[in-house]
Amino acid sequence: MSKPAYAPGDRVRTRAADPPHHTRLPRYARGHTGVIVEPQGAWPRADDRARGVTGAPAETVYTVRFSARELWGSGSHDVTVDLWESYLEPAGEDR
Amino acid sequence: MTAEHATLPVAARVRRLEERLIGAGLVTGEELDEILARYLATASPVNGARLVARAWADGAFRERLLGDANTAVKELGLSMGGGLQEQRLKVVANTPRRHNVIVCTLCSCYPIALLGPSPGWYKSEAYRSRVVREPRAVLAEFGLRLPEDVEITVWDSSAESRYMVLPLRPPGTEGMSEEQLTGLVTREGLIGTAAV
Repeated sequence: MSKPAYAPGDRVRTRAADPPHHTRLPRYARGHTGVIVEPQGAWPRADDRARGVTGAPAETVYTVRFSARELWGSGSHDVTVDLWESYLEPAGEDR
Repeated sequence: MTAEHATLPVAARVRRLEERLIGAGLVTGEELDEILARYLATASPVNGARLVARAWADGAFRERLLGDANTAVKELGLSMGGGLQEQRLKVVANTPRRHNVIVCTLCSCYPIALLGPSPGWYKSEAYRSRVVREPRAVLAEFGLRLPEDVEITVWDSSAESRYMVLPLRPPGTEGMSEEQLTGLVTREGLIGTAAV
């Protein structure tokens, strides 16, 4: 298990691609920018387990907070989603 | 399981799935029965209610529960390890300015050990798709009308954590015992679709 790549407060963007296999990155949260709340620990990815990949490494899962405005274009609430590290990439500071 | 439940199409699907798992040698029927019986024998929303009452009565316990819930629940003889593996638990506290509500948009993840089997509506597509999009309207349909200045956080249990809401202690309950406080807390309060 590797050290978490992101720290609380980091801005991240979720991957937009629709993978050709099972995943736990909800469609509504794809291609959106959020903020890391906290790393939760590390588990093998659901994507690998569902495909029977043996020896898949544990990977950090993060609580990531998104604003309703970012996800839906309107609304004042927040949604937090639990996402594996490889679902994320760094988001620019200028957004 | 009720007789009605046993004849639902989903029950036949579950039976076929069990037969395939047993046939593949991944689990035995006895192991399945034992896991389910052990899990459900103690799974009840009273467990979550006891945690909330203790947190209301004891500020130090509240901090431990919000900081490391898996360790704190053991103080009341509870555990998140009733299934095949221990699940991470996160308790999120309501404040006068912020309300929390839990969902699993991808399936029906839920802290069964502390809340018992989940209600049917929690697993419905309507709840799962709408509460992340318009939580204030969904909560109002449950009879919970939040003031406009109360912000809402929706927790989507999309991976390995399970969530439970710590409701605000109702006013006028200062003289109550922990047991009386436990009786105030509902399953819906622990999900976040009710105030308490």
